[in-house]
Amino acid sequence: MASKSWKLRRLLNPNRTNPLNFSISRPSRSLRTKRSFASAPQSAPSDPSRVLPPPPPQLLNRPSQEAASSGPGVARGRISSSLNESELKKFSAIAETWWDSEGPYKPLHSMNPTRVAFIRSALCRHFGKDLSSARPLEGLKIVDVGCGGGILSEPLARMGAIVTGVDAIDKNIKIARLHAESDPVTSSIEYCCTTAEKLVEDQRAFDVVIALEIIEHVADPAEFCKSLADLTDANGATLISTINRSMRSYATAIVAAEYILNWLPKGTHEWSRFLTPEELVLILNRASISVQEMAGFVYNPLTGRWTLSDDLSVNFIAFGTKSSR
Amino acid sequence: MVLDALTFQAVDGSSLPWLLIRRRVLSNVSGLRIVPIRCLTSGANAGGANSTHDSQINHDQNKSTPNNELDQYDIAIVGGGMVGMAFACALRSIPLTKHLNYAIWQSNVRTMGRFGDDDDAPSFFVSAIIINCLSLLVDVGAWEYVLQHRHSFFDKMQVWDYTGLGYTKYCARDVGRDILGCVVENKVIHKALFSSLEMKLWSTFSKGTWQAMRLLDEGSASLRKQSKIHSVQLKTIHPSRLTSMDLQSKKSTVKLDLTDGNAIYAKLVVGADGARSRVRDLAGFKTTGWSYKQNAVICTVEHAVENYCAWQRFLPNGPIALLPIGDKFSNIVWTMSPNESTERTSMSENDFVKAVNHALNDGYGPHPSSSFLGYNPGDSSWEVPPRVVKLVSDRMAFPLSLLHAKDYALDHVVLIGDAAHSVHPLAGQGVNLGFGDALALAKVIADGVGLGAELGELSVLKKYEAERKPANTMMAAILDGFQKAYSVDLGPLNVLRAAGFHMAQHISPLKKSIISYATGEQKWPLFG
Repeated sequence: MASKSWKLRRLLNPNRTNPLNFSISRPSRSLRTKRSFASAPQSAPSDPSRVLPPPPPQLLNRPSQEAASSGPGVARGRISSSLNESELKKFSAIAETWWDSEGPYKPLHSMNPTRVAFIRSALCRHFGKDLSSARPLEGLKIVDVGCGGGILSEPLARMGAIVTGVDAIDKNIKIARLHAESDPVTSSIEYCCTTAEKLVEDQRAFDVVIALEIIEHVADPAEFCKSLADLTDANGATLISTINRSMRSYATAIVAAEYILNWLPKGTHEWSRFLTPEELVLILNRASISVQEMAGFVYNPLTGRWTLSDDLSVNFIAFGTKSSR
Repeated sequence: MVLDALTFQAVDGSSLPWLLIRRRVLSNVSGLRIVPIRCLTSGANAGGANSTHDSQINHDQNKSTPNNELDQYDIAIVGGGMVGMAFACALRSIPLTKHLNYAIWQSNVRTMGRFGDDDDAPSFFVSAIIINCLSLLVDVGAWEYVLQHRHSFFDKMQVWDYTGLGYTKYCARDVGRDILGCVVENKVIHKALFSSLEMKLWSTFSKGTWQAMRLLDEGSASLRKQSKIHSVQLKTIHPSRLTSMDLQSKKSTVKLDLTDGNAIYAKLVVGADGARSRVRDLAGFKTTGWSYKQNAVICTVEHAVENYCAWQRFLPNGPIALLPIGDKFSNIVWTMSPNESTERTSMSENDFVKAVNHALNDGYGPHPSSSFLGYNPGDSSWEVPPRVVKLVSDRMAFPLSLLHAKDYALDHVVLIGDAAHSVHPLAGQGVNLGFGDALALAKVIADGVGLGAELGELSVLKKYEAERKPANTMMAAILDGFQKAYSVDLGPLNVLRAAGFHMAQHISPLKKSIISYATGEQKWPLFG
């Protein structure tokens, strides 16, 4: 813990000689975007370049000017800074399988209880709620950004929260609505096909803003975090989970999960889009959200279960509160 | 390797063979199985979409009033026997699950007639509750009731065999305890659990005017506004027997059809309906098992003196067990071939008493020797079991079989107790395993509720299966292996068994380990 906070302090120090380059992924992303428009991303297995995992881009050896010039250009050309067309197509293709616990979303299903456990305890602590209650989140207004089929929104609703689930993919929203209808508790969830930016435009605000496993798929993580911050009420909380950009995450989240175990469709994740915990803390900090707590999720292949841990090297979650400026 | 395995079984088995029990009083004798099978469809049974299925659905649509809010439950517990009741009690004793509303199903009202006044002759359906299951009864508030009624603690158990080669005696003191367990009549356990659920219900229950009941607690989602106090609602469903179960297409509720055309809906169905579980059949759970071609004869006998020890002697045709049930009474469970059982249940009472004394002491080989290689056992020396003076109940024989479900959980349906596993009654572990299941399932459901999981979600239920199945399989295998080891009368095998007894008797850490396993404190024999 001590070493972690030291690392964070070092990162947040503006006098640091070698500032972290957040744009390193952008050139490769724009290249990849072009390629995926040329070859249909859905037919991934037939694409020879997809049979092998893409090599991890090398760190810190790209000219920063290139990144700086291409980054904003890409963002300006879109309706919304956080949408990424090729990612949308990719997930739209497997939307039907959201609730199939043995399907492409199996890892999310198996990880879900662990994520919920972290969220529950973090929120109970922050908002002074009773952890032993069956509906500990009673009365909290929560938005689940990138809700997909609603596998997080539903547990939150069952725990008493007033949940809004948003997703940029219309198909996901339809599936989420259909699934939630079966139970009066979950049918109260408000599902909208929209984006975090649109919600900001509509001047919506929530006690808690949650964006799990989504920031690695958005076009501009910094902009995205800003939108999340704008959606968070004063004294509210923001939770973001993602995958670290580490060698281990390349080996496990891409090579193992997509190419060996076939848990995820090939091409689900692009390693270069991943953020390290330090980067996430920094961009959240710039968006006036101060990270209070971080935890890693570790998968035990023997038991098939995920557990919370201090190890942030692959999957991790950050809990932050809005700092008043 | 073969030798190792045999020794292992003998050593382990000798820890357990003390009591034979009849669990499953309710569901075995009566229960849902008599229900005429009209439709065997279920959602879990993927091939269910045949013409029978369709006609059943049409029939239901015509006759029933589906989706009435009153017929919606969180949990439907099918089978109101000891295990079903224990599960309901466990749900109410855990903060995260006490808000759930549930229906308990016991279709056969005649069964309830059994529960008479306390001055009845002791019932021969008894259970030996091991020490860690006692804590379940204490936790749910059922223990007080048991203490006020006939029960008998035992602090010793003695196991020996007819060859006179070996014996094992366990004392609670060996593991620093006062008791090893408690023998209670099943009707007392059942009534205790029921009374801790809701005392008022009992009168209605015993008159047999209800078929299904619904308990609603404060905090129940549907009734929060109306009921501040914890209220009980009775619901009468007429000749309600389960005819089919149907997992709804949206996969979040199970529809339970009744013979009168009514239906109820539940998010989770718990099959606690005994060895011949209707839920298990309807939901399409697969099972493995076999019949032992042995019958158990059970009855209640009287001694001249009070008895505080559980006795079990292995005979060539099967074990005979004597369990203290208090007031100089003991319960007998005697395993034998079907032919013998016919003979012994029809012989005169005097002859039967003689036969029992013959089996316990007078007949077969010599008494086991207490000293082993000059070792003086002192306190744990072999004792002569108390003589039986009188038969005080009917004699009843029933066949023994082993049955184990391959899965305990399917989507929105789960099995507990004998519905999931009926073991050889050799060690009286049936109801203890069932209580273990009930508690484990309630805890797993509480964890699920805490994480906002859907009730009946398969991944949640599978955690219960993962926790209980290895334990139950291990116990079933040990009992089965032990039964097999004793079904052969062969010189070398007899010596091996005796060696097992000696090891269990004279190696102190082994003995402790065996007692902790048999009393449920330890998960695995020997290694725990």
